[in-house]
Amino acid sequence: MNDTLKNVEVLPRRDAVEEPLYEVRQKIYPRAVSGWFARWRVALVLATQLVFYGTPWLEWNARQAVLFDLGARKFYVFGLVLWPQDFIYLTLLLVISALSLFLFTAVAGRLWCGYACPQTVYTEIFMWIERKIEGDRQRRIRRDGAPLTLGTLGLKVAKHGLWIALSLWTGFTFVGYFTPIRELTQEAVALALGPWESFWVLFYGFATYGNAGWMREQVCKYMCPYARFQSAMFDSDTLVITYDPARGEPRGGRSRSTDPKAKGLGDCVDCGICVQVCPTGIDIREGLQYECIGCAACIDGCNQVMKKMGYRPGLIRYSTENALRNRWKPAQVVKRVLRPRVIVYTAILWTVILGAGVALWLRVPLKVDVIRDRGSLSREVEGGMVENVYRLQIMNASESPRVFHVQAAGLPTLQVAGESFFAVEGAGTKMVPVRLRVDSGEARPGSHRIEFRVGAVGDPAVAVRERSVFLVR
Amino acid sequence: MSDFASGFWDLYIGIITIAGILACAVLLKSMSTHRVSGESDTTGHTWDEDLGEYNNPLPRWWIWLFYITIVFGLVYLLLYPGLGSFAGSLKWTSTGEYETEVKQADERYGPLFQKYASQDLRQVAADPEARAIGQKLFLNHCAQCHGSDAAGGRGFPNLTDHNWLYGGEPETIKTTIMNGRNGVMPALGPTLGESGTLDAANYVLSLSGAKHDAARAARGKQTFATVCAACHGADGKGNQALGAPNLTDNIWEYGGSLADIVETVTKGRGVNALTPGASAMPAHKDSLGEAKVHILAAYVYSLSNPRAAGASAR
Repeated sequence: MNDTLKNVEVLPRRDAVEEPLYEVRQKIYPRAVSGWFARWRVALVLATQLVFYGTPWLEWNARQAVLFDLGARKFYVFGLVLWPQDFIYLTLLLVISALSLFLFTAVAGRLWCGYACPQTVYTEIFMWIERKIEGDRQRRIRRDGAPLTLGTLGLKVAKHGLWIALSLWTGFTFVGYFTPIRELTQEAVALALGPWESFWVLFYGFATYGNAGWMREQVCKYMCPYARFQSAMFDSDTLVITYDPARGEPRGGRSRSTDPKAKGLGDCVDCGICVQVCPTGIDIREGLQYECIGCAACIDGCNQVMKKMGYRPGLIRYSTENALRNRWKPAQVVKRVLRPRVIVYTAILWTVILGAGVALWLRVPLKVDVIRDRGSLSREVEGGMVENVYRLQIMNASESPRVFHVQAAGLPTLQVAGESFFAVEGAGTKMVPVRLRVDSGEARPGSHRIEFRVGAVGDPAVAVRERSVFLVR
Repeated sequence: MSDFASGFWDLYIGIITIAGILACAVLLKSMSTHRVSGESDTTGHTWDEDLGEYNNPLPRWWIWLFYITIVFGLVYLLLYPGLGSFAGSLKWTSTGEYETEVKQADERYGPLFQKYASQDLRQVAADPEARAIGQKLFLNHCAQCHGSDAAGGRGFPNLTDHNWLYGGEPETIKTTIMNGRNGVMPALGPTLGESGTLDAANYVLSLSGAKHDAARAARGKQTFATVCAACHGADGKGNQALGAPNLTDNIWEYGGSLADIVETVTKGRGVNALTPGASAMPAHKDSLGEAKVHILAAYVYSLSNPRAAGASAR
């Protein structure tokens, strides 16, 4: 698929010339397209952006529903309060995302790139704004080619103004996931944003503006690692957007009334629509290329032409390498979806999803760290008892204040001396010294394994056990 | 701070750094174009005899990124230390950064401590918020020796009972924390001899009504009166001015068995010639500052005076 490496004839060095290895980027003017896949993409753009822009405004338990409070190191996701100790769930989320990417890519190529990747989504939004202001491909090309006029300048200023406004709003929303967005709004209105908040609003806004306004397909071609390693998930049964050369060739222009067979032509009328609509500026008729982000704009474009010509749609379509070679019917292609690679990806994906779900379900909103006092091994106290001191860090990971009862087990007569009930506020932490005692006759000198049992009063489900040691000298 | 005896090495490193950066720029420039034969659009690289590579040029901005890193590197070396001993025009140091952070923290938390600094220690001890601060300070700075529950351990006094070596008034506690204490029990083994030490130890045991050898204790009484009473008092009830412990209350910092007491008398306690590695209460005046010590003293006072601290110490 990658045409970089090919057997080429190495010619003798004659008439050697300096050739640049870097070139100025050719600006791409993608033509607007409508159709089934374009509607899907618009739907996904709307869905993802509704989630992105809307989520920070949701309220839950009189606080922001989704808030990643880095300062307090607490991560609120609706009813869930995650602590840094819960980072395993982020790991699982990333593993699930990666495996989903693998699975979707194995089944139908770069679905993520074509419909859901922020790079695609924001480029789509920016191109929509561009079209509304500057018109479609032809008008933009003509205007950019003509000398700069006041009118052109006005349009450009308007376009960039809107782009920058949207970018700033995007940056603002992004920061709103880490700082309560309602307070952030008040600060922004009063022009009193803190230095870090300002930096991240501007940074994320600049990234949006630069990537979706200026960089566009170059991000996919030169920066994105996924674009470069997704070929590892491809095989000959992966659905990709592909041109059917057996049906289309030989290509050539003709009038609608002409019978292509009589002229010895294939179905491709060589109108170039598929090239014009391509956001990465490639010609899909040259075969699968690494630049192709799988957006299916060429399918929509070609199908419109086929319809006008009165031909069957699907000259460019989702198909597989094997299907094209063996002239398979759609049912045969679908059957090959259930191949080992896909089944293995699916099995692993669901195992991880179920594992993560169960782990989250069984998660106890209480964490206890036991730190044994290192300064003193053990001490004798009144009544001939041996005493050890521990520091317990009790972390109440629920949002309601709770009272926790600390008990210990592992040695006969082992008991907590003094206070054993501790109140901890909701989503709060308390460091408490705890003394354990045993009768001196009960334990030999040395180290004994013991266990702290900490449970919430009135809620037996909220209980954890932490191991520690009891030393006797 | 001089890392090298000779200034030559600063020059050496500086020249190598600058030359390396310039060499990178020259390399970039020379590698941005390639001399190829006219008819071929390959890069001229050949692998495995006949495998060539098409020249698919990268965008121009890509190589600009490399040049930008070079500019960044030069600006960085101008602003920050990096070229030999050149300190950089911003005069940045990690020590300076640390000091700035400390200053910011002091500005932020200083008022919190100052609020209590002007109050009487008993009043501070009655303030639950101050006690919460005090407990955190205690866990950070005191618990290593005195234990998280402040009940001490072998060699480290219990701060929760009413037994004080130097006195339990809040002002005295504050003095203890501010200036430290260095109470020393001299090694009396060489003076008393083995038998004399045993006699004295048995007498000390008898003071708190513990099991002892009455004959030895009777002999030890004389020794005590001449040697030990100077610090511990004729009645053995100690002397808070010296930090000499009360020997009659059955509270033992270093253990109350005959063997422990014999060891105490023989080798002494505290930092002396026979007890290498022994510790003393360090002064916290400089490391913590008076405002924090004030809160800490109130907290320690509240531990053994829960009534003074209001309803509950916790």
